[in-house]
Amino acid sequence: MMPMVPIAPAATPDLSEAMFALTLALLLVAPLAIAGVAFINTGLGRSRSAAQALLGNLTLAAVAVIVFAVLGAAWAGSLSGTGHVFHLAGKLWNWAGSGPLLLRGLGSAPAEAQLALLFEFLAVALAALIPWGSGADRFRLFAGCGIAAVLAAVVFPLVAHWIWGGGWLAQLGINFGLGAGFLDPGGAATVHVIGGLSALAVVWIAGPRRGKFPREGLSTAMPGHHVVYVLFGCLVSLVGWLAWNAAGAILWLHAPLTSLPVNAVNTVLSASAALLATFAVTGFRFGKPDASLCANGWLAGLVASSACAALVTPGESIFVGLVAGIATPLLVELLELALSIDDPSGAITVHAVAGLWGLLAAGLYAPGQSQLLAQLVGIATLLGIVLPALYLLFALLNRVLPFRVDPDGERVGMDLHELGGGAYPEFVIHRDDSYR
Amino acid sequence: MKYAGLLVMPAGFFLAIAALVLFPSPLQRGVFVVCGLAVEGLGLGVAIRGHMLARGENRS
Repeated sequence: MMPMVPIAPAATPDLSEAMFALTLALLLVAPLAIAGVAFINTGLGRSRSAAQALLGNLTLAAVAVIVFAVLGAAWAGSLSGTGHVFHLAGKLWNWAGSGPLLLRGLGSAPAEAQLALLFEFLAVALAALIPWGSGADRFRLFAGCGIAAVLAAVVFPLVAHWIWGGGWLAQLGINFGLGAGFLDPGGAATVHVIGGLSALAVVWIAGPRRGKFPREGLSTAMPGHHVVYVLFGCLVSLVGWLAWNAAGAILWLHAPLTSLPVNAVNTVLSASAALLATFAVTGFRFGKPDASLCANGWLAGLVASSACAALVTPGESIFVGLVAGIATPLLVELLELALSIDDPSGAITVHAVAGLWGLLAAGLYAPGQSQLLAQLVGIATLLGIVLPALYLLFALLNRVLPFRVDPDGERVGMDLHELGGGAYPEFVIHRDDSYR
Repeated sequence: MKYAGLLVMPAGFFLAIAALVLFPSPLQRGVFVVCGLAVEGLGLGVAIRGHMLARGENRS
């Protein structure tokens, strides 16, 4: 093993002006995915916390992009295109980016590097929102900002560099002959799995909402307060996801223009198959389809498509969506009833599990076994290193900035407690038996 | 118990990486990477079990 040295990544083909304009236009539409997730997070929480939830989504996104601009982009190395490596077993292991702080030199960077940075900006904002939904009705806004800052400063930039910035996961193909290296064109790993695993870590640390798991009997049902928000969020997300997956395919796979319609078709097919599967499963299990679980199924289909829409055929995309849609309601139920994990937005299932499934599917349907092995190594990295690191970082953060509000704050609702006013001032909030 | 599970998970990751470095054969690599994932799954299972035990003691 030798000292770490900065290296320049392999050269990539320049974007034509038309491709640059198209990618920029797609990235200007992609924030609709963030808006959709924000609506879903808000709708799945309780009415007494709705304003704090939506304000939290905005604030966390703001914190994430600022911290990423100041610090994280340097680790990601997307602007400079350089990285730190160490030598092990005769191979170069590019483990971190090496770029300027505060985005110095952004204006003079190559066009593709600027677009890559914009993509990462949007990705870090979306990743930061995912654990916020899981902490609904009990997380302090400042704690949410702290979680977003940790993600944007440390975890997201490193993983983004490993996968998108020519890091060691991207170089698995060059170093070990594993296909084209770990592939994640739409951010299934960097955004959704990181976000979902963060959700698992923070929910483990903060614990469930008061009254969710009573001393005796089953867990208390705490349905989302506004299913119309949730379903509207799903529709808005679709537009953002179409743009996101297409932009990712151009930037990270150098996909030609002619491949983009198939990419979009696969995205829609995966989400549709997942929705119908969840519709059928919940209809069979509960007698009637469950609207919020169907929304979760739709989103799980979109998340799975992030990994593989650019890499599979339409038929395979339907299968990917079907599996995501069948697994989603069953896993949401398993986490809540069997494993005592209170995840109001279902982020652990929708983002972490569906994202991992999409990454696996991208390897399963690739020609040859070497790509599957690259995808498995990437999944092993996410579960084996990223999840424990997230838990450790958030446990330390919880010591400095406690995640939970006090019991009284939880009783009156996050809106009154943290903002001093409710989202729906004309509504009379009924007494909740679980707080007696 | 939760911490024990979380500490086991990196062992699975290093098993997967060791497979890449030590074995040139795709079959051996594949088997060891899958074993690494299984170790991670075991660690996750232990961590979840630890969480459930803690929740059982702290039910409100």
